[in-house]
Amino acid sequence: MMNIQFGRRHALGLAGGIALGGLAAPTVARAQAAPIKIGLVALATGPAATLGTHLRDGFQLGMRHLDGKLGGRAAEVLLIDDELRPDAAVTKVRAALERDRVDFVVGVVFSNILAAIMRPVTDNQTFLISTNAGPSPFAGRGCNPFFFATSYVNDQNHAVMGKAAQDAGYGRVMLLAPNYQAGRDAVAGFKSEYKGTVVDEMFTPLTQMDFSAELARIAAARPDAVFTFMPGGLGVAIVRQYRQAGLASIPFLSAFTVDEASLPAQGEAALDFQTGTSWTPTLPNEQNARFVRDFEGAYNYVPASYAAHAYDAAMLLGSAVTKIGGNLADKAALRAAIKAADFRSVRGNFAFGANHFPVQDFWLAKVARRPDGKFQTEHVRKVYDNVTDPFAAQCRMPAA
Amino acid sequence: MSLTLLLVQGLNGLQLGILLFLIAAGLTLVFGVMDFINLAHGVQYMVGAYLAAFLAAQTGSFWAALALALPAALVVGLVLEFLVFRHLYDRDHMAQVLATFGVILILNDGIKALFGSAPLQVPMPEALTGGFPIMDGLLYPHYRLAIIAGGLATAALLWWLVERTKAGMLIRAGATNAPMVAALGIDIRRLFMVVFGFGAMLAGFAGVMAAPILSVEPGMGDNLLILAFVVIVIGGIGSVRGAFIAALLVGTVETLGRSMMPDLMRLFLDPSAARQVGAALASMLIYIAMAAILAFRPAGLFPVRAA
Repeated sequence: MMNIQFGRRHALGLAGGIALGGLAAPTVARAQAAPIKIGLVALATGPAATLGTHLRDGFQLGMRHLDGKLGGRAAEVLLIDDELRPDAAVTKVRAALERDRVDFVVGVVFSNILAAIMRPVTDNQTFLISTNAGPSPFAGRGCNPFFFATSYVNDQNHAVMGKAAQDAGYGRVMLLAPNYQAGRDAVAGFKSEYKGTVVDEMFTPLTQMDFSAELARIAAARPDAVFTFMPGGLGVAIVRQYRQAGLASIPFLSAFTVDEASLPAQGEAALDFQTGTSWTPTLPNEQNARFVRDFEGAYNYVPASYAAHAYDAAMLLGSAVTKIGGNLADKAALRAAIKAADFRSVRGNFAFGANHFPVQDFWLAKVARRPDGKFQTEHVRKVYDNVTDPFAAQCRMPAA
Repeated sequence: MSLTLLLVQGLNGLQLGILLFLIAAGLTLVFGVMDFINLAHGVQYMVGAYLAAFLAAQTGSFWAALALALPAALVVGLVLEFLVFRHLYDRDHMAQVLATFGVILILNDGIKALFGSAPLQVPMPEALTGGFPIMDGLLYPHYRLAIIAGGLATAALLWWLVERTKAGMLIRAGATNAPMVAALGIDIRRLFMVVFGFGAMLAGFAGVMAAPILSVEPGMGDNLLILAFVVIVIGGIGSVRGAFIAALLVGTVETLGRSMMPDLMRLFLDPSAARQVGAALASMLIYIAMAAILAFRPAGLFPVRAA
């Protein structure tokens, strides 16, 4: 028992040391004014922590490109691990707001975490910028003057795939998703744009890793294509088993299932599998080329959209704080400066709609092997051009 | 549903059952012989999978990884026994549950610190990469057949060990009445250690075998642990034969339930409700089966301990 206690305290001390080391770097450039503080909510616990790592590294690269400054003022990034537990997230974010007095809260991978910290942050009149989670209520009736998203509304990627399947002329499609809210939303999102025949919808328990029974049903039904939403480890399992079962001749359509976060484990089993997305490393613009090159140089892995959207968030903050000359006290001016989105996005087209969600392009992408042997998604064709999400119409943005 | 599809699903169920058996066999021995609740058994399955991933990357060969992972899993089991479990044999179940749960947390996070939280992959052995056409448009991977074969061979080996050797006799005697075995001059602690290490190795073996088809990630054993407990409770705690029968039963019920429930529900409900209710019922099915079996045989199918 003593041993365990000692070990734990030791580990905590070590973690504290690392955190301090991370914070010390930007303070070198401390100028006359107090630094701007940004609370970065990046998941670092549990199997989904990879997504939080992408998010953190993307944002940190953005800060590096901004020389650690926002509008001429030094900026500090406080890392917050939400542990994928809403209660822990709220406690830590409250502490960041009240004790550390952060000026912005940025990040958040999962929608349930965003939902939990939404009120505490925005009630405090602090700007909250989601770089990934985009639950539809916050784009519609629940839109908020202190909330922006640099990502998308969750449902959009599924709808993109539905539209792409429709455009490709697939007459019969089979759907497969885990049996929880996001899985059912995925199926609904796909069907909102797909007008052909849905042969069957299969819902599996969230903990199920072996899909042989579902794959046998797919083989028996012989659809023109399969659409699935299987995030994280589920995606690794389904992609490899799909390939192993010899089903790859049936087009594999997906959202949040094959991306740069999962491709290292999926490897060539995922080759040519398709996904609907807002960003790929191959999007042809200068800003994106620089982002991908420097990201891989700094962190030695291929960034996913979680990283790209977080990078955009850093650039967005840089542009907004510069615009208002570093004076964060005037919230209305700051809001207008953020809303202007006067930065160059790695996605090319980027503007904020009335609900503070991006108006952007969406792409059909497929998995390819690069000359250096690493895997990435590559855009195939544009499915939507400068599209506003379908929930924006429900938003009556309240005056702050 | 055609007959072919039914047969294919039966085969899928068999394969899941075999995998469950490999995990449950060690669990039932440890629980039955030592009256020790080891929640960390699922973590040992994960350790096996990670050992396979690490060793396969180092050696470049699945077979070498398998050969090295088994003794490594055994060593991990023995080290855990020495450090933690040995001190818990005389404590009550609550202390064991708490301590082994702690081991889960520590190992899950330890693995994350070492390998990161991203899922890893283990390449399939070259010789078993293909599959044979089992029905129109569907390949049954050779590798899954190898899992079935490996599991059956392990079952046979276990049967021989438990039923035909002196160590097996002691294990059976220990499961029935451990204090009596100790009173007869057998070093029961040593027997416990051997059983524990062997159980850890079996779980590790299951992890190695599952690694090429599933995703290797922290926490991968936690869900299977629940199924493994269902298996050993249905089979009768401490009975390897019971674990084998129950694992196949659970695997088949689970797989057939998943594939047929939605269709079955469609006879009574409209399609969208049928899918939701069917999926929900399918995941409850094995627990319903467990309740039904325990209602008639409270000590499981093959009770070991005299009531």
